[in-house]
Amino acid sequence: MVNLQSIPSPPVHGEERAHEADRPTSLLAAFGADQPLKLDCGIDLSPFQIAYQTYGELNADRSNAILVCHALTGDQHVANVHPMTGKSGWWETMVGPGRPLDTDKYFIICSNVIGGCMGSTGPASTNPATGKVWGLDFPIITLPDMVRAQTMLIDRLGIDTLFCVVGGSMGGMQALQWTAAYPKRVFSTLAIACSTRHSAQNIAFHELGRQAVMADPEWHHGRYFEQGTHPHRGLGVARMAAHITYLSDAALHRKFGRRMQDRDLPTFSFDADFQVESYLRYQGSSFVERFDANSYLYLTRSMDYFDIAADHDGVLAQAFRGIQTRFCVVSFTSDWLFPTAESRALVHALNASSARVSFAEIETDRGHDAFLLDVPEFFDIARAFLQSAGKARGLT
Amino acid sequence: MSMQQQTLPLPGVVAPDTGHYRGDHLLVAEMVERGSKVLDVGCGEGDLLQLLETRGIDGRGIELSREGVNRCVAKGLAVVQGDADTDLINYPDDAFDYVILSQTLQATRQPRVVLENLLRIGRRAIVSFPNFGFWKMRIQLLVGGHMPRTENLPATWYDTPNIHFCTIKDFVQLCDEINVKMERAVALDMYGRPLRVNLPWWFWNMFGEQGVFLLSRAEKGK
Repeated sequence: MVNLQSIPSPPVHGEERAHEADRPTSLLAAFGADQPLKLDCGIDLSPFQIAYQTYGELNADRSNAILVCHALTGDQHVANVHPMTGKSGWWETMVGPGRPLDTDKYFIICSNVIGGCMGSTGPASTNPATGKVWGLDFPIITLPDMVRAQTMLIDRLGIDTLFCVVGGSMGGMQALQWTAAYPKRVFSTLAIACSTRHSAQNIAFHELGRQAVMADPEWHHGRYFEQGTHPHRGLGVARMAAHITYLSDAALHRKFGRRMQDRDLPTFSFDADFQVESYLRYQGSSFVERFDANSYLYLTRSMDYFDIAADHDGVLAQAFRGIQTRFCVVSFTSDWLFPTAESRALVHALNASSARVSFAEIETDRGHDAFLLDVPEFFDIARAFLQSAGKARGLT
Repeated sequence: MSMQQQTLPLPGVVAPDTGHYRGDHLLVAEMVERGSKVLDVGCGEGDLLQLLETRGIDGRGIELSREGVNRCVAKGLAVVQGDADTDLINYPDDAFDYVILSQTLQATRQPRVVLENLLRIGRRAIVSFPNFGFWKMRIQLLVGGHMPRTENLPATWYDTPNIHFCTIKDFVQLCDEINVKMERAVALDMYGRPLRVNLPWWFWNMFGEQGVFLLSRAEKGK
């Protein structure tokens, strides 16, 4: 008989996930009816809330604040134990005392994006008008919407100009959107493994992920909370496909090759004979424990819509004209999701705007994920860029 | 040739506090006005940019090699990976006060186009290059019968990145041809010391190991 296995049900139940969405284990900034979030789709989102974490101390001049923007499936728990998974923060290699984003020197802020599922208002949150989970009634949000919400948080924290906006992947896109839309509020920008627009190939992969979620019968057109289910199979498959795009052929070969998982011979079944299969299944099943399926739909969509040049007659350089912000752009040689060519196009546009820009391509076989990993050359560059910008900013 | 009329006093090249900088870098740095905005094309590991920074000059760099770029960025310099032949086109007119091409012209595919781009992007350009008319080069070719190799240009003919060598005389001719004004010209001997300015022109071409030129656009129609 053929052995069939798919992604197991997550141990975390819907109620717990819903709890983290509405009452997160995080700092919380609530915005009432008087302060709606004006969304690009024309809707005023109100009331809404932003869940965030901070590390380090804001100095007296309020000049040492760094905003970290998280990637698609990241959250605000940059450098603390994650409240749902119990794992350490997603960027602890980068953020902490003595790290490139040095919490002894800088005040680090990271907020969950609007549309996320870790406490900022999103499709997993309760819609105050109905008392039910938003689901697909939640309006479509864009990357500029996320950034607009972050500006309201920064205002609330009493910070006028951010010393730096930092992010990788979707976080890097937010950093670029911040700089293009609010150039005077951003002293420096560190944009890693990202682009000013989402490519056709990336949109295609996102569509694959969304279709996998929607094909799961437990999705129930986004109303799975009321059914007491979660489309964990669909979301798991979406994560597996996406995870392949975060790696590289060389990295997969190095880590797994054709090695077998706890066996010497093929089982002549569809069991996870190969290590790489087992690894992907693990990635899929651990992801669905902490992430909301609808949130995945909304956030991937926001990336698809992102195109900074489109708002400037298709000319990217126009978006950064006369900009005073100092840029550091970093790409990785084996990143095929956001290849170096995308970063180079950004750098050319910044050069055309006479912006002060550093651009480094780091050699690694670890693919797009390299920005989350321990890559010393990248850390050296990030540290030096911030030190040099700090000198110009008068931080010592 | 108008070169010998460019008689500006040269500063002491090796000042005590700047002893660890290269002679040609110090000379180039002297040519740049304080507070100006500079692009260093082919900036290597950023030594010149660091020197300029100590003088309050806003410096940017382009470098072909990834290792060079990453070392520069790790020093906090604003440097991007790029190619003088293909990437200068992305910079707008008059973006910089000075564009520097230090020991790189001979490695470009189209030196003339590069030179024109330098003076489009910058109001002034500073170009330094090894003089292929240097006596040591001539002797190696004449007596040794092989392609010259020197301490500063140690590569063999088959693995050198330098594909467009020229002499000081050749360079001056190119400047005349593309209507570039030479504001200042200096030849450095094999020890990096400037040759006396009142020496005859052929002497420079024979005993200058490298040439350093401060260029500007010749005003059209005047």
